[in-house]
Amino acid sequence: MELVSLGIKSIFIENMIFAYFLGMCSFLAVSKKVSTAVGLGAAVIFVLTITVPVNWLLQEYILKEGALSWLSASFAEVNLEFLQFIMFIAIIAAMVQLVEMIIEKFSPSLYGSLGIFLPLIAVNCAILGSSLFMIQRDYLLSEATVFGFGSGIGWMLAIVALAAIREKLKYSNVPAGLKGLGITMLITGLMGIAFKSFIGIAL
Amino acid sequence: MSTETLEQKKEEVVQKPAEGLLSKRRRRLISDPLNEDNPITVQVLGICSALAVTVKMEPTLIMSIAVVFVIVFSNLIISLLRNLIPNRVRIIVQLAVIATLVTLVSEVLKAYNYEMYKILGAFVGLIITNCIVMGRLEAFAMGNKPYDSILDGLGSGFGYAWIILTVAFFREMFGSGSIFDFKIFEAVGINNFATNGLMVDSIGAFMVLGILIWVQRSKTGYVEH
Repeated sequence: MELVSLGIKSIFIENMIFAYFLGMCSFLAVSKKVSTAVGLGAAVIFVLTITVPVNWLLQEYILKEGALSWLSASFAEVNLEFLQFIMFIAIIAAMVQLVEMIIEKFSPSLYGSLGIFLPLIAVNCAILGSSLFMIQRDYLLSEATVFGFGSGIGWMLAIVALAAIREKLKYSNVPAGLKGLGITMLITGLMGIAFKSFIGIAL
Repeated sequence: MSTETLEQKKEEVVQKPAEGLLSKRRRRLISDPLNEDNPITVQVLGICSALAVTVKMEPTLIMSIAVVFVIVFSNLIISLLRNLIPNRVRIIVQLAVIATLVTLVSEVLKAYNYEMYKILGAFVGLIITNCIVMGRLEAFAMGNKPYDSILDGLGSGFGYAWIILTVAFFREMFGSGSIFDFKIFEAVGINNFATNGLMVDSIGAFMVLGILIWVQRSKTGYVEH
């Protein structure tokens, strides 16, 4: 039940975009069409669900202070936490590459629709951000997995919704200076207000 | 004969004067990203961290310094290595260089200003995925000389810094009624200034940045199609 609550929280209340602004670059750049937004969203969910638990294992068994003691008792005082950023980004880049290869091998049709987005994901702040938040909040492995999955769903929800609005926006008369990025920021703000209404939901 | 050609060569060298340290082209490298080609408002890069840390001026200032440092030095390092990096693994090399610099910043911050480290939290780490840094490495440092790359990094860094400082200025003024934690409204004699909760929230950041983009683009006349 706590896990369901955490899932709901990471999808709606602490939405990656509206609460933490993570993954804004691709959120703004790839939200012009609903179909591409769905593709990128699906790829983000996929990568987040894999990388957050993998990074959790990495932190727990290699990087944390004393984490290497399973190898030998003499490593009990080793603290590799300063390597966190490099290791996490390396894992993310490697995972993205791996996912790309697996999808290409087993589902060429899915690869066709996701393929071009996968390299973009390695530098998506939402992926690295989730891993860093997961460390900050001391999640367990199960919580970390749910958190990764939930954050991905929340991100996809936001980008698909924005893409749908922007498709309609093409027919509106927007002031010249506000066209493109400006109006998109204002719309994102308004969507953020809508998402605020989920605050207080607890299962 | 041989001395003649040598002299000729010498003349050629003399005829082509070295480019000034701050020639017109180089000044443009710094000034363009400040306004006409701003990384945030025109190129739409690096927005994640631009919004997350701008609730107050002080963390924003620290963040700007960190980002300027990372952009300048990653630009310099990649520019020095640009002929050695194989094209296929360049993204990984760039990420490794950026991650190293960010780790450096984060450790220094942890040692000398732990409070600020706690406030910025994960967002220091997220400089790694700040698209401005990656974008400048890809677009500029991979194909230009070290000194030019440093100037380009400075330009982009300051272009980023002034936008997020402006956003933070308005958010702190209306959201907390202060500037750098100095109670500005009480100082002028307005004691019951009603602070706007929306400004402290993420929504305020979207709105302020949206309006800032509008003002800036109307001034420069840039229109997106």
